[in-house]
Amino acid sequence: MANTSKTFTPPSSKRSENQEPTENFTNVGTPGRIFSLLGGTALAYYGWKKKDSSLGKSLTTAGAYLLLRGVSGFCPVNKALQIDTAHADFEGFEVTSSVTILKPRNEVYQFWRQLENLPKFMEYLKSVKQIDDKRSHWVAKVPKNIISKETLSTVAWDAKIEQEEENNRIVWRSEPNSEVENSGEVRFTDAPANRGTVVQATISYHPPFGVAGELAAKLLNPAFKELVKQDLRRFKRLLEAGEIPTIIGQPSGRKDENY
Amino acid sequence: MNYRGPFRIRADRDKPVPQIEHPYDAIVRVTRSLICGSDLHLYHGMVPDTRVGMTFGHEFTGVVEEVGSGVQKLKVGDRVLVPFNIACGTCPFCKQELYGNCHESNPEATAVGGFFGYAHIAGGYDGGQAEYVRVPFADVSPTVIPEGMDIEDAVLLTDVVPTGYQAAEMGGIRKGDTVVVFGAGPVGIMAARCAWLFGAGRVIVIDHLDYRLEFVKNYAYCEAYNFKEMDDPVVFLKKQTDWFGADVCIDAVGCDASGSALQTITGKKLLLQAGSATALHWAVNSVKKGGIVSVIGVYGPPFNMVPMGSIMNKGITLRTNQASVKRLLPKLIDHVMSGRLNPKGIITHRLPLEEISDAYHIFSAKRDNCIKPLLIPPRANLA
Repeated sequence: MANTSKTFTPPSSKRSENQEPTENFTNVGTPGRIFSLLGGTALAYYGWKKKDSSLGKSLTTAGAYLLLRGVSGFCPVNKALQIDTAHADFEGFEVTSSVTILKPRNEVYQFWRQLENLPKFMEYLKSVKQIDDKRSHWVAKVPKNIISKETLSTVAWDAKIEQEEENNRIVWRSEPNSEVENSGEVRFTDAPANRGTVVQATISYHPPFGVAGELAAKLLNPAFKELVKQDLRRFKRLLEAGEIPTIIGQPSGRKDENY
Repeated sequence: MNYRGPFRIRADRDKPVPQIEHPYDAIVRVTRSLICGSDLHLYHGMVPDTRVGMTFGHEFTGVVEEVGSGVQKLKVGDRVLVPFNIACGTCPFCKQELYGNCHESNPEATAVGGFFGYAHIAGGYDGGQAEYVRVPFADVSPTVIPEGMDIEDAVLLTDVVPTGYQAAEMGGIRKGDTVVVFGAGPVGIMAARCAWLFGAGRVIVIDHLDYRLEFVKNYAYCEAYNFKEMDDPVVFLKKQTDWFGADVCIDAVGCDASGSALQTITGKKLLLQAGSATALHWAVNSVKKGGIVSVIGVYGPPFNMVPMGSIMNKGITLRTNQASVKRLLPKLIDHVMSGRLNPKGIITHRLPLEEISDAYHIFSAKRDNCIKPLLIPPRANLA
C-alpha cells in the first residue's frame, strides 16, 4: 500500500516540497503579481491620460507602484505587514464538514462503502463504478453556471481506497496524473447518548490549470465548502427519511425554474 | 390557485398536474380545501420568501389517485385527510412526535418543518387550494377518514381543530382555571371551545369584530369582549380576575394583530419587526405571575419586540409550537365522532375553487361575517 501513515495528508504536499524558492526578496505570489501588473498598467494609463488633474497624478503614482510590485515581486506594504504570498506553501484545498445521522454506525458505513451509492446524494457526482474492491471510476458533472443544474461537461478520474477500517474510516486518493487530483477521508464515530453516527468528511483537491486554476479554485472554495456541507445534509436525509424531499416540478417564480 | 403578489391571487387553469417524484409520494385529488388565517399572512405579503407562482392551502382532504411504489398504508381510492405538516416520521423530532418540526421535510430545517402551500421558509411545497396535490411521505401523516365522519369535519381536522386543541393543551389548563383567548378567528374559537375539555372554569375571548364575538359566545359557550370598547384590555382582564391575572393566556392572533398603534406602525407599515405583536404583549401582561402563555398565532422571522422584562420578572412560561397534527388526530377523531366537538359549525362560506380570489378577499376584509371559507374544487365529487 502506498501510504500507511495514520495521519491524513493532502495530495499536493509532495509537490510543494519540490518548489524551492528562487528569488528570496520576493514576497508577492504569482497570482498577485499578475494582478498587480494588469491593474497597475490600467491605472497608470488612465492616470497618464488625465495627468493635469490631481486625480490623474495620484492614479499614475498608484499605477506605477503596482507595476513595480508586479515586475519586482516585492511589496513594502507586504513586508511591513509580514505577509509573504510568494513562499506560502500551496497545499491544495481541504474542506472538512460533519453531520450526525440517526442510524447505527455499521449501516451508515456500509451505505458509504458501496461507492455506487455516493451519486445518490452528492449533487455533482454523476456516477461511481467500482472496478475492483479497492479501485473505482468516478465521473463528476461540471455545471453550466452556478444556478443551473444543466451539465456542461464531465470530468472523470480513477480513485483507490488506500485505507479502510470497517465501521471507522475510509481514505481514498485519486490515481496519479488524474484530471482532478483529489483525496479524502471519511470517519464514522458513535454520537454520544445513542444519538446516531457522526460522519466527518475531509475532501481535498488540487485544481488543474496551474496558477489560473489555483486562483479560480480560491474564488470557488467557499462554494465548494457549502457543497460538501449540503451533500452531507442530503446524505442524512437520504438515510434517515429514505428519500431527499423535493419540490421539483413546481413553479416558484424564480427566473431559473430549476429550483 | 396562483399567487401573483400581495393581495393578488388568481385561479389558474394551466398549472400542470403534479407527478409522483419519490417512492413514498402519493397524488391526491382534492375534495375540500380551506383558507386558513395563516394563509392571510401570506396573502398580505408578511411572510418572507413567499414566491410568485406558489399554490397555497394546507388544509385539505382528498381521494388518493396514485401512490408511489413504496407506499404501504394508502391505496388508490382512499378518502384521506392530509395534516398540514409534512413529516418524514423517522427523524429525531418526528420520533418525539414533534411532527410540525420534522428535520427532513424542509430544506432549510432550522426551525419549522415542511408545510403544504406555505412560503419557501416552510419548504415551498405546493398546497391544497388546487385540484391535485403531491403528498410526500404519504405513509406518515395522511389519515383515512373514518366511516361516518362528515367530510367538512374531516377537513377541519387537518389544521384548525388540532391547532386550537394544542393551544389549550399547551396552556396546561388545570381544573377551574381562567383562560383568556386573544383572537376570535377559527383557531381562537376552537381553542376557547377546547379549553373546556381540559377543565377550564372560565373562558374569556378578546377580539374587535362584533360578529365574531357573537359567534364565539354561542359556539364556545364563553364570555366575549371587544377590546375597542375598553380603555386597556390588560387592565380590564386584571379587574375581571381581581388583579390576579388570568391563569392561562392564549395568543391566537399572531403577527397580523391590530390594537396598538406602535406595534402596527413598526410591524406592519415600517416592517421594523416581523409584524405586530400586540396580542402577545397583552397575553404576557394579563397572565398571572407564574402563569402560562400559549402562543399558537403565527409569528415569522426575523424577530418581534416582546416585553421580556415582564416574562422574566413574572416567571411566565411561554409554550409555543406549530400543531403536531398526527399526534393529536386519534384523540380528536374520537372527540368529533362522539359529538364533543363540532368543527364544521365554524364554516360560514362554501365557494367553488374557481372563486378563490373572492374567497381570499372576503376572508381578509372580514366581509359578510366570514369566519371560515371552504373551497370546493370542480372535480371534488367525481366517483
